[in-house]
Amino acid sequence: MAEGKKPDRGQLRIDEAECKGCGLCIEACPAKVIAMGEGLNHYGYRTAVYAGAGCTGCGICFMICPEPGAITVYRLVSAAGAATTTDSAKGATACASN
Amino acid sequence: MSNETVQDYVVAHGRAKSFYERFERKDELQHQTHFCPGCGHGTVHKMLARVIDELGIQDRTILVGPVGCGVFTYYYFDVGNISAAHGRAPAVATAVKRSRPGSIVIGYQGDGDLSAIGSAEILHAANRGEHVSLIFINNAVYSMTGGQAAPTTLLGQKTTTTPFGRSAANEGYPMHVCELLATLDAPVYIERVGLGDNRQAMQASRAIRRAIENQVNGLGFSLIEVLAPCPTIWKKTPVEAQRWVRDEMEKVYPLGVYCDRTKARMEAGLTQPAVAPTLDQLPGILGVAEADLPEGNAAALVADKPVDLQVRVAGFGGQGVLLLGEVLAEAGLDAGLDVSWLPSYGPEMRSGTSNCHVRLSRKPIDSPLVAAPNLLVAMNEPSLRKFDRAVRDGGWVIYDGDEFPADCVREGLHTFAAPFTRIADELGNKRAANMVMLGSLLEIASVLPEASVAAALHRMVKNPRWMELDERAIARGRELYRASLKEMVSA
Amino acid sequence: MRKQLMKGNEAIVKSAILAGCRAFYGYPITPASEIAEAAALYMPQTGGVYVQAESEVASINMLYGAASAGVRAMTASSGPGISLMQEGISYMAGAELPCVIADIMRGGPGLGNIGAEQGDYHQVVKGGGHGNYRTIVLAPHSVQEMADLTSLAFDLADRYRNPVVVLADGFIGQMMEPVEFPQAATAPHLPPWAVAGTAASRRNLITSLELDFDRMEKLQLKLEAKYKAAAERETRAEEWQTADADIVLVGYGIMGRILKAVTTEARAAGLKVGVLRPITLYPFPEAALQRLAKTARLFAVVEMSNGQMVEDVKLALNGSRPVEFYSRVGGNVPSQAEVLKFVYELARREGLAKGAARPVAEEERMAHV
Repeated sequence: MAEGKKPDRGQLRIDEAECKGCGLCIEACPAKVIAMGEGLNHYGYRTAVYAGAGCTGCGICFMICPEPGAITVYRLVSAAGAATTTDSAKGATACASN
Repeated sequence: MSNETVQDYVVAHGRAKSFYERFERKDELQHQTHFCPGCGHGTVHKMLARVIDELGIQDRTILVGPVGCGVFTYYYFDVGNISAAHGRAPAVATAVKRSRPGSIVIGYQGDGDLSAIGSAEILHAANRGEHVSLIFINNAVYSMTGGQAAPTTLLGQKTTTTPFGRSAANEGYPMHVCELLATLDAPVYIERVGLGDNRQAMQASRAIRRAIENQVNGLGFSLIEVLAPCPTIWKKTPVEAQRWVRDEMEKVYPLGVYCDRTKARMEAGLTQPAVAPTLDQLPGILGVAEADLPEGNAAALVADKPVDLQVRVAGFGGQGVLLLGEVLAEAGLDAGLDVSWLPSYGPEMRSGTSNCHVRLSRKPIDSPLVAAPNLLVAMNEPSLRKFDRAVRDGGWVIYDGDEFPADCVREGLHTFAAPFTRIADELGNKRAANMVMLGSLLEIASVLPEASVAAALHRMVKNPRWMELDERAIARGRELYRASLKEMVSA
Repeated sequence: MRKQLMKGNEAIVKSAILAGCRAFYGYPITPASEIAEAAALYMPQTGGVYVQAESEVASINMLYGAASAGVRAMTASSGPGISLMQEGISYMAGAELPCVIADIMRGGPGLGNIGAEQGDYHQVVKGGGHGNYRTIVLAPHSVQEMADLTSLAFDLADRYRNPVVVLADGFIGQMMEPVEFPQAATAPHLPPWAVAGTAASRRNLITSLELDFDRMEKLQLKLEAKYKAAAERETRAEEWQTADADIVLVGYGIMGRILKAVTTEARAAGLKVGVLRPITLYPFPEAALQRLAKTARLFAVVEMSNGQMVEDVKLALNGSRPVEFYSRVGGNVPSQAEVLKFVYELARREGLAKGAARPVAEEERMAHV
């Protein structure tokens, strides 16, 4: 993320192994920051991938997605709320930046 | 992305904790459901799991699963799980909730399950206002079995069993479950939602929450119908299938709230369950507490006389045939005898002939059937002619009539005829004829203590007016027979 | 113990509640309706649930639900309703759920009539539902046994986690006899496998579904082992004057009563007759029959069916002794006199009637004017 730019309100993690590539999240995303990836996961599905930026954290993709944990949506918290930061959030960015 | 920025994010929408960590449905990929890509079941499962999380009811929740693609709820939801037979989830849920009123019972059914084979169960669970929440997935087709027609299949829709498209002439019209159930008085909340687009899905999520919340609040029946895509059977891409829900299904199945009595029922308040009695109170409530049972008058039974009364009482329905037999049996029991009473039952109770078998014996009774009575009470002529020849030699016939029909007289048969009905009428009510006849019977048998008869009568006849009349009737019956003996002697 | 006069159908309900039953789900049908009526009266007063279901299909599935939640529950019906329940009985056996079902048999296939018959033997004892399962079947012959065997039925249902049927005919259900009840009631208890809506029971699962062939086979072998264990431990029969009997009469329910009366008359006439009355129809008292086959010359089965239990008698005896059969159906009952005549004819044929008086048949007795 470039210096000085306002951080995204949301972040997204898509678990490639769980995603079945139905594409509903791509259709649902108001910000249009999810796309179908090029590669196949080991199950043979083309999976959805996050563009890496622009997520608003609205959660609609999560709600529409038929898989329990294929998508995780994170929301930006204020500095005061930083204490609630979780380990999984770290994982999320790692995933999202893949 | 720097580490500082990462730490500014928290999970806003993530895997519900009401889902199992791993799904043991399959040997591999246990973090994935068995549903096809784009399946509506998966989406609804997530909505449901989220509500269970949010309401904090995971431990209390019992999911009653269906037959169909949704059958594996128990591999996904970390709650109590019960699999119901096809269509029967509302019946199962009914009893689960009534058995465990503190639990949150959620039924989950597809359209084949609920609207076809289980149409009776859902209708009556709704009509009883069972305190359960039902999630009804309508995808207009039987998916798990490969795409056969459902009651919800749209007109013209091709399925494997409507290869030319559903026709109204052959298969009837798409069934509108919400509209049907909304005609009932009991349901609290019925809404149809869809998964056709973001807006629909958000409403679906809200509606499912309300259906469960209602139950948490102690309210009755809620049902949410979800128009859900089935891309595989519909032979559409997931996105096409989603659009078909919005563009085609919604036209036939309008979305909206069909019934909402939430407010009224909340205001009406909840009924408190009755407090269950303690175990030691049960025999008393059931009327079987030994202490409440009469001592009986066995000591007053005529000693040393063998007792083997095999009685048949016969007449028309309404003449008190069965009651006569019951009082006799009850009196026998009071006198310490073994007894049995066996009625002819069924339609005869309402019209036509009626009869019963009564046995009183000092010895244990083998067969309660009296094929060959030694005492027949015939309350009319057809009954006399039906049974008189079965009476054993040396046996008695008590007959309601001015005189015993000459052609029924036979050697070795004792008879006693009197106009019992007319006598009862003179006493106050002709319906007491049975008790007049019982009086004569008791006098003829001359074995049961009077105290036993009185005790039996008190147990059987609750109305004091009838009690008084019946006592007089029995006394009159006894007199009648005694008088006939005197007549015989004087003759 | 003081006794009171009561209908068999009423005794079932009172005994059930004393045995810890707290739920009745059913649908009325003659001649079983008094069971529903008594349950409707007493369940709400004793902390139990009574629901009149929309059908017997719903009733049995409600039992499935109640049993899943760990409540002792029962239903009652007659043949036509039991037919409808077969689906649910199979599911309950498959899911290993206990319950008690009273079948007060009536006459005929189809709508038939409401006369007493024993035509449900096959559908109840052999299992009218699909798949490899059994129901334990108890056959009372008196009002006292209606009470006692109902209580036993709940214990067996729990012990084997399986449906138990109390199979009686219309007579046993409708007749009144003196009966006594235990004065100490059994407390309801929550089985550890039940799904009760609690943290402790959250991971419990009730299902009869198992897609994996090997695991399904294992489940069925487990069921079979249960049935074998029940056969070893729970088989019951009453023997009456069988020690020296040449002819052993076999009948259950009301027929057992009639056969006792026949035996008394036959013995008075000089015929050595005895009665074997199966109390458990499944498991069937095979061992008792096989033991009697060592001393008896022949067996005569009398049923109010066109020959259903007789098949089990033949299987048990496996050709070691002749098995004769007599029956009346349609609501008719084999009378004492006609069975006696049948027995006498058998005795004469076998050369066992020397010196015995020829009994007077019913029709001859009736014709006597």
